[in-house]
Amino acid sequence: MDAEATIVSTALILPLFGALGVVALGRWPNLRDSWTIAIGLATFGSVARLVGPVMEGARPALVQPDWMPGLGLGFEVEPLGLLFGLVASGLWVLTSLYGFGYMRGHGEKNQTRFFACFALAIAAALGIAFSGDLITLFLFYELLTFSTYPLVTHAGTEQAVRAGRLYLGILVSTSVLFLLFAVLWTSVIAETLHFTPGGILEGQIEGKQAGLLLMFFAYGIGKAALMPFHRWLPAAMVAPTPVSALLHAVAVVKAGVFSVLKIAIYIFGIDFLASGGFSNVLMIVAAITILAASIHALSLDNLKARLAYSTISQLSYIVLGAALATSASMMGAGLHILMHALGKITLFFVAGAIYVVAHKTEVSQLDGLGRRMPFTFGAFCVASFSIIGLPPLGGAWSKWFLIQGAFDAGEPWMVVVFMASSLLSIGYLMPIVARGFFRPLPDGEEEGLDEAPLLMLLPLCTTALACFVIFFYANDVYRLLAPIVGLDGGS
Amino acid sequence: MNDFSVHLPILQVVIPLLAAPFCFILRKEAVVSVFTVLVGFACFAISMDLLAQVIDGDVLVYELGDWARPWGIEYRIDILNALLLVVVSSMAAVVFIAGPGQARRAIPEGRGYLFYSAALLTLTGLLGVTITGDVFNVFVFLEISSLSSYILIALGRSRRALMAAFSYLIMGTIGATFLLIGIGLMYQMTGTLNMVDMTERLRDAEQTRTIFVALAFVVVGISVKLAVFPLHQWLPNAYSFSPPLVSAFLASTATKVAYYLLIRFCLGLFGLTLVFEVVEIDVLLLPLSVMAMFVGSIAAIYQRDFKRLLAYSSIAQVGYMTLGLSLASEAGVAAGLIHVFNHALMKGALFLVAACVTWRMGGTRLDAMKGLGRRMPVTMAAMVVGGLALVGVPGTVGFVSKWALVSAALEKDAYLLGFLVMASSLLALVYVWKLVEIVYFQEPETGIERREPPLRLLVPTWILAGASIYFGVFSDFAVDVASRAAAQIFAAGM
Repeated sequence: MDAEATIVSTALILPLFGALGVVALGRWPNLRDSWTIAIGLATFGSVARLVGPVMEGARPALVQPDWMPGLGLGFEVEPLGLLFGLVASGLWVLTSLYGFGYMRGHGEKNQTRFFACFALAIAAALGIAFSGDLITLFLFYELLTFSTYPLVTHAGTEQAVRAGRLYLGILVSTSVLFLLFAVLWTSVIAETLHFTPGGILEGQIEGKQAGLLLMFFAYGIGKAALMPFHRWLPAAMVAPTPVSALLHAVAVVKAGVFSVLKIAIYIFGIDFLASGGFSNVLMIVAAITILAASIHALSLDNLKARLAYSTISQLSYIVLGAALATSASMMGAGLHILMHALGKITLFFVAGAIYVVAHKTEVSQLDGLGRRMPFTFGAFCVASFSIIGLPPLGGAWSKWFLIQGAFDAGEPWMVVVFMASSLLSIGYLMPIVARGFFRPLPDGEEEGLDEAPLLMLLPLCTTALACFVIFFYANDVYRLLAPIVGLDGGS
Repeated sequence: MNDFSVHLPILQVVIPLLAAPFCFILRKEAVVSVFTVLVGFACFAISMDLLAQVIDGDVLVYELGDWARPWGIEYRIDILNALLLVVVSSMAAVVFIAGPGQARRAIPEGRGYLFYSAALLTLTGLLGVTITGDVFNVFVFLEISSLSSYILIALGRSRRALMAAFSYLIMGTIGATFLLIGIGLMYQMTGTLNMVDMTERLRDAEQTRTIFVALAFVVVGISVKLAVFPLHQWLPNAYSFSPPLVSAFLASTATKVAYYLLIRFCLGLFGLTLVFEVVEIDVLLLPLSVMAMFVGSIAAIYQRDFKRLLAYSSIAQVGYMTLGLSLASEAGVAAGLIHVFNHALMKGALFLVAACVTWRMGGTRLDAMKGLGRRMPVTMAAMVVGGLALVGVPGTVGFVSKWALVSAALEKDAYLLGFLVMASSLLALVYVWKLVEIVYFQEPETGIERREPPLRLLVPTWILAGASIYFGVFSDFAVDVASRAAAQIFAAGM
């Protein structure tokens, strides 16, 4: 095994090891939490060590050949997966810090189980990120669903159990009925499941059938929350906020759209997708999801629910980017995985901080709170701008490329969709900031600084800052992704 | 040494056969229980050795008393029966470990030794059915295993166990009689009882109505034993009122051997052409399998008793196996055999969990299992593993089966069928998750103190649960052996 393969296996095994450690150290909370951070940093460190080789064109691979007949358990690190792996493992560290503050500030029970499942979920997300073929991806996709179930139902209340049922019901049924079926179908017609640059389906399938297969994949990946299979996402918001933040802004949903993107690039291939015109249905579904979810978000008063619908809308940016199938749109979609993750995790962090400090969950209760929690609301403001797509924040880049991709593909209506959605996101995000800073506090509430605990404040300011910093370093991400979407490196 | 190993085929059957009366005479439970475990593992070791001898395609022939066929009975071991021998004897060995853990609570006082003797006799019968190369011998061993399994079921604490055993006896006898009539007709047409001779003569014989009728009797007779929908009525009662260890043992062995018989008779004796082209049993077997998949799973969703739920799930799982056969392809039969192996592991694990629950709570009503996740975390974790395997989550043996079966269906361009298999596995998710919610999210009715069952119950439970994961990740053993077995029997069936 060469050095890079060793790093890959380390990165995959560390979170599992971390989960075991969390269980073993459950009796000593401080030790357990330090352990989580140490493992988190180590995992992020090993993923980061892969950046250099991958930038230079290496594709570190790891194969365990005896899983299924003719189907090994294969890992291969390519730029897109590396990006997703970096996002998931990097934000894991911050979310863990935040989670300690939240869970302790809230006096939650079963924290050991919570952090153990968290680590398992990260292991699954990394498995998805580094998967070298469809069957490995499917394995970790299901593992991610089942390892996050205890997190969603953490509260153990009737409502949580019902949400868990919806979560598992939608994610598992779509994956088994559509995704697994699509995987099997692919294996029958293409006789391989390996992620291959340029795709494996060209010439094997065409026309309506190809469109059907694409839809099977898109709907089979329920984690991408395409309508009408989006209901699990808002339901899962009953989970504690760190879960919503990491899993439902980063790991779970991004695993979904990442899979869609990866299948578009490595199974269908950009050229094949662009040639057939069979991706039109997917394009329309994604566009409808973008607009409908945004409009619905406007009407919601519950802060986390509003953010959830915003997530559904933003996820479909990435799906739409994949369906447009131009180099620029794929680049935009890839960038958006990172940019949206940074922005949305900040927003969820803020929602949790507000809940812990002021016990407020509804948008209409937030009047004047920004003056009591200036840093928290400042971070919210920055992240909102990034989601909307304003420079100088990261979100501007991904939106730029997506819109350019829509032009390249000759789909002016899709440009309109992106524009309209930006306006709608101003509509559902900005009032929150405005209320916080400009409305007077309700009667009986005191002015004066009342910020969130440092363990929560620090991560949310870090991610907000990252939204800003990444604007200037977007070129590095661009260079990482450029080879796989057929663009020249560096700009 | 060499002499000894030549006799392994007969030792496979004779060891448990002799051990059974020994247990009956010895009676002292402490001694008997250890002795049974030793016998179980001896059988397991022998079967592994036999498998190793035949895996490369050689057929092992053992003539009883050195009487060559057609005068004497011969044991014939190819990959197919070697695989089944391994499944049956390994499951027996693991279940026997749990023997002393449950006997006192699930079986009326002072009758423990009956459990061991009857279980060993059942094992003898099942191994004999599998190993023999003589069709009448098949019937005899089948009766040995059936009669002793009636005793096992009747050992259940509740009075309804007697009723369950009785109705199983009626159904089982009807099945065996059908089989016997079928064998009789086959004998009439061929003049031999030896499988090899019979196969040759059946291929050459004119396809007369007698042979069609023989096929019908044999298939129906075996289907009763296999609990093919709609001949499954005996199974839920038999599995839910018998002592839990008995259910674990029978569920993971008896139906598997019946499935073996179905394959042996259909492919080995009657041959592909007759079964799938002339008589076309797949026209009937395929829809019945699909019905079983759905009816069994839907019925399982509405059960209020853990063991009953598992029993109905077994009916659905048998549907997957017969579906594999009715695809009439090598890949389909291989998928069915893979599922035989895998289902034995996961259902064995789940019934052993039921044994643990019975030990702790005195019964397996779902109401009584509320909140058990906190009271018996280690046991319930095994239940989750077994449940996930039933659903067919990747990384468990269930996924390997599902993959093999759906691939086999797609290979025959049966896309709808593949889709139905997946849809039915979602029903498994419903009943498994019903269990999970009861166990983890409902408040226990009595007390919350944590108490796991003794190790002698936990260890075998986790051996099987662990195996359900291990063979789900490293599936090449089961897949390889099953594919070879299917290829060999298919070549013979041409």
